[in-house]
Amino acid sequence: MSQTITIDPVTRLEGHGKITIQLNREGEVEDAHFHVTQVRGFERFSEGRPFYEMPSLMARICGICPVSHLIASAKACEAIMSVRIPHTAAQLRRMLNLAQMVQSHALSFFYLSSPDLLLGMESDPAARNLFGVAAAKPELGRAGVGLRRFGQTIIESLGSKRIHPGWVVPGGVTEPLSAEKRDAILALLPEAYANIKLALGWYKQIAEKFRQEIEVFANFPSLFLGLINEDESIEFTDGALRLIDAEGAIVADGITASEFTQVIGEAVEPYSYTKFAYYKPLGYPQGSYRVGPLARLNIAKSMGTPLADAELAEFKQLAAGPVQSSFYFHHARLVDMLYGIEKIEQILSDPLILDKHVRATAGVNRPEGAGQAEAPRGTLMHHYKVDENGKITWANLVIATGQNNHAMNQGVLQAAKHFVKNGKFTEGILNRVEAVVRTFDPCLSCSSHAVGQMPLVLSLLSADGKVLDRVVRS
Amino acid sequence: MSTDVEVKTLLIDEKEVSARAGQTILEVARENGIRIPTLCHLDGLSDVGACRMCLVEIKGSPKLLPACVATVQEGMEVSTATERLRTHRRMILELLFAERNHICSVCVANGHCELQSLAQEQGVTHVRLPYRNPELGVDASNERFTLDHNRCILCTRCVRVCAEIEGAHVWDVMGRGINSMVISDLHEEWGASSCTRCGKCVQVCPTGALFDKTKVGSDHPKYPDFLPYLNLMREAR
Repeated sequence: MSQTITIDPVTRLEGHGKITIQLNREGEVEDAHFHVTQVRGFERFSEGRPFYEMPSLMARICGICPVSHLIASAKACEAIMSVRIPHTAAQLRRMLNLAQMVQSHALSFFYLSSPDLLLGMESDPAARNLFGVAAAKPELGRAGVGLRRFGQTIIESLGSKRIHPGWVVPGGVTEPLSAEKRDAILALLPEAYANIKLALGWYKQIAEKFRQEIEVFANFPSLFLGLINEDESIEFTDGALRLIDAEGAIVADGITASEFTQVIGEAVEPYSYTKFAYYKPLGYPQGSYRVGPLARLNIAKSMGTPLADAELAEFKQLAAGPVQSSFYFHHARLVDMLYGIEKIEQILSDPLILDKHVRATAGVNRPEGAGQAEAPRGTLMHHYKVDENGKITWANLVIATGQNNHAMNQGVLQAAKHFVKNGKFTEGILNRVEAVVRTFDPCLSCSSHAVGQMPLVLSLLSADGKVLDRVVRS
Repeated sequence: MSTDVEVKTLLIDEKEVSARAGQTILEVARENGIRIPTLCHLDGLSDVGACRMCLVEIKGSPKLLPACVATVQEGMEVSTATERLRTHRRMILELLFAERNHICSVCVANGHCELQSLAQEQGVTHVRLPYRNPELGVDASNERFTLDHNRCILCTRCVRVCAEIEGAHVWDVMGRGINSMVISDLHEEWGASSCTRCGKCVQVCPTGALFDKTKVGSDHPKYPDFLPYLNLMREAR
């Protein structure tokens, strides 16, 4: 008799998710799916709203990465306005986006994943959390809290609110940076550097212990997509997209936001409210790709900051071509953060950073506009159409988690096949299956544009669909 | 101005006050530092007693009276803050919130909204009535301003300021009861109407229903205090 294992809810994720593992009559894993179980409808209820409201409306999709939505949305609005924003505004937004990346990555790495990495995949689930980390290795827990605070403090300083700051608007930002705020942010840097160096040093020591996980945590060849500058250095806010294949060869380059929708399609599967993005010329699912920290480092030829450049060189040693195991998302996340801190320092030394001209104004000059940016979890694209008065008639968002969706499902199947044998599994094994999803740091509320808390359910189903075992985490 | 002013004496919240005949209870209360909450009233505009926030109790009268239009009488005993009044005011605010789509978090007036401040002041912690969630439109046809019917509370300040101060009378109210809607001219798009683009309606609107297109994300304080000065300047001419 075959079985299905359900992990529901999946824990330490941002959003509601569920994993089902289908076993065949021999008790071997036949199929596995990662389900996103809620729907929100942002694209529908933004219809009829004035386009310039979109950044603040769209930011409400998520409390973790509202800044990414603010930026992608504002850029889509600027395409409708046909304006190029002032240099200082672009730099300030870049800094805001990086601050958010640092705080979000700190949440993912320290709060959600470091319990598995420090305490072990098999450790007592009751203590497998940030408090367990803080008890076992206080300096690591403190570094995580410190890095999260670093990012959030910058967001609050620039946008006057930690979550959903209203500062980013179509055309730029509402307020210039003051010298006091600049100095306050500069004063945060030494501690941030110390924290990220500690985390990187520690991660590199323990990574080897996870050889088995590295082998089977969504470790397969795939395409990778991410933003890049003209000089092939990493980019989060501007630049254009590059798609590379599993060998590192360029498949498509210089993809602008307006071209995004022509080359990227979205498929739908019956088991998830999150769509599955793919590169149209290759079709679905062959055109599925990965985005996020791993993809960015695989694509970028340099970081453009000295410390992160050294880390990138070391990262590239992990594989001959692009690094394929999604376990290395963790590593890439730390390099991203180091880059973010260095880049914020560079931006603050821009002689024009205190300039007062930070906003361009215009009305509706085009009926359609798209904007793209790198969210912490990967490429984010907002695409709007408006009527002659600037009211939204149609909106579409392509979220990082949707772009990683196929890879996450493949990864869950790969890990389940490796760890679940003869229909037998332990809590530690199920935790590994969840941990595959955690490497991607999916944001389920963004991906379904849906609302909720963050639990996960794992169920084990027999061949006739009977639930044999069910683990609920909340 | 005549010098023989007829003086009325009355009690407001047990405080003895004197007033000129013809003054409203609201005016006299404010002169004496007694705060009565208002919403449709605005200094410089005529009063219509529409919102009922300023209802007061008069001893001997079974009916509650709107302080903005009720005039003082000799020997009146007025109460402005009884539990009965507070209950009514909270209910009025809850009805306003339930009637249309007031989503403070994404509203341009967030933090500068009179409806929001009143709700905070009156202790409205939640709305006990089911939301109606009507499907209402947005008029973005004016090149400078936007009208969002979702946030309109039909206080008619815009109607009055346009008719009484600007003299254009672009705004008026169409329909009756729950179907009432503010319209421009004879229900034309704002951008195609006889609007002078002066922006006074935007400044007097207590919520985010009328707003400046360049203002987004709780970035829209309004300055309706100019009206009494405008009136003074006009009377002086």
